[in-house]
Amino acid sequence: MNAIINLIVGDAQADRVVPPTGFTARLTLFASGAMAFLTVFALALSLASGRLAHRWAEELARSATIRISAPADQMAAQTEAALTVLKQTPGVASARALSAAEQAALLAPWFGPDLPLDQLPMPQLVEVIEDSTGYDAQGLRLRLAAEVPGATLDDHTRWRKPLVDAARSLRRLGWISILLIGGAMAAMITLAAQAALAANHQVIEVLRLVGARDNYIALAFVRRFTIRAFLGATVGVVLGLAGVLLLPSASDEGGFLTGLGFQGATWLWPVLIPPLGALVALLATGAAARRTLRRLS
Amino acid sequence: MPGNEGLAVIELEQVAYSYGGGELLSDLSIRLSPGSFHFLTGPSGSGKTTFLKLCYGELQATAGQVRAFETDMRALDRDQMAMMRRRMGIVHQDCRFLDHLPVADNVALPLTVSGRDLGQENANLAELLSWVGLSDRADARPPELSGGERQRAALARAVIMSPDVVLADEPTGNVDWDMSQRLLQLLIELNKMGKTVLIATHDLALIRAAKSQVQARVLRISNRRLQLAGADL
Ligand SMILES: Nc1ncnc2c1ncn2[C@@H]1O[C@H](COP(=O)(O)OP(=O)(O)OP(=O)(O)O)[C@@H](O)[C@H]1O
Ligand SMILES: [Mg+2]
Repeated sequence: MNAIINLIVGDAQADRVVPPTGFTARLTLFASGAMAFLTVFALALSLASGRLAHRWAEELARSATIRISAPADQMAAQTEAALTVLKQTPGVASARALSAAEQAALLAPWFGPDLPLDQLPMPQLVEVIEDSTGYDAQGLRLRLAAEVPGATLDDHTRWRKPLVDAARSLRRLGWISILLIGGAMAAMITLAAQAALAANHQVIEVLRLVGARDNYIALAFVRRFTIRAFLGATVGVVLGLAGVLLLPSASDEGGFLTGLGFQGATWLWPVLIPPLGALVALLATGAAARRTLRRLS
Repeated sequence: MPGNEGLAVIELEQVAYSYGGGELLSDLSIRLSPGSFHFLTGPSGSGKTTFLKLCYGELQATAGQVRAFETDMRALDRDQMAMMRRRMGIVHQDCRFLDHLPVADNVALPLTVSGRDLGQENANLAELLSWVGLSDRADARPPELSGGERQRAALARAVIMSPDVVLADEPTGNVDWDMSQRLLQLLIELNKMGKTVLIATHDLALIRAAKSQVQARVLRISNRRLQLAGADL
């Protein structure tokens, strides 16, 4: 704990014992900035595909519909018959005939709200909700054909199942990308820190001569790289978020691309990137410093 | 033998050292007791600098044992070595500094790395800089200093922690006679405060000047061995 406070609050005098380290500083800033920028997009991708998978999966669970087209005088009887069949079908959790108002709402996007439904030969829709085991669609179709001639089973949402799987893998790929980005950043910062330590071996020698402990020397380097990684990552996140904000905003029917933003609390995720980047830099530089100091003794 | 009482500050026991070829130093045994004042002489290349490096642990003896403050150097881990260095003031022959920091910060470096409050030591620092004649060079960077100025800064850095022992390698090699007397004075003052001093030097006049003020012993490296020099000095 003390070490962390010490790291954050710092010791201006201690930092100065390490000379400014030109190109490694710029390399660290650039690497962490670029990585943070990429992480924002990988994160956006993961979250968006996660949302998509969730939404589609929910629709899947919910829905099949039975459409009943029959002459007006048989409509009520056929609907009743269909509901009876459904009640006896294993795997169906519940079934319900939609009300006229619900049907109108479904059609409104296509025909406008002023449609005189009662004057049109409208099919009756029955919503079927399956339970976790699911029903046998083929068997249900055969029974309906025999008992409710006007009924058609429409389980259109089933075709989305592979899409849900695809969205889930996309989300997984997004997270893997973030891990890889973190690893690449750690590698680059390790190299930068090693270069800085090697370039400063004379400084390290002088510090040891006057009684500096390894921890003190290491911390001076670690603090630098950590602060730089934090700054670089902050800039990268800001730029990445600006890029995400410039994407067209998600609409209700939004396809995947327009939904590629952050929504609600997920805006907080990118805020975590700079501290995590700093943590990666801290661990990478710490390990590099310990290794180098051991070798230089 | 005088100076044999009490614990030894630095003690070598049958120490040998070789850089890889033949032995440069053989069978060195010496004991620096607290408050003693020693000079170390010998021809160029005889191993004076090597001897000092053995004393402060930059080199490890290839045979025998070096003890500082009663502890075997070889047994120290790096942290313990750092703590031991804080009790030693070291003047390198080639005075190494942190070139990006001003002279004043370099002189104060031992305080900085040991976490001392620099604010409290400011008066000491100013006084010390003025004693070695570097007050007006305090803000210069080490690469801008002359050879003599570097040596003065190195000596100031070595003594600022008021160490138990000062090991100085040719501390007066590049300064004029008056300045060398001033630097010697500083070391003699420290010695009078009970600090142990070891100076490697070619400068026989300096040794003579010191001998008139303190009880100093003169060690000489010749033929790979350490001898107590005679009274001819
Ligand atoms: N790192 C090293 N590797 C190999 N040989 C070395 C090394 N350092 C010193 N030597 C050799 O060891 C011998 C003693 O060197 P040292 O610096 O101890 O002598 P010195 O007595 O201090 O000389 P001077 O009076 O010139 O400073 C020299 O011959 C030198 O060339
Ligand atoms: Mg020498």
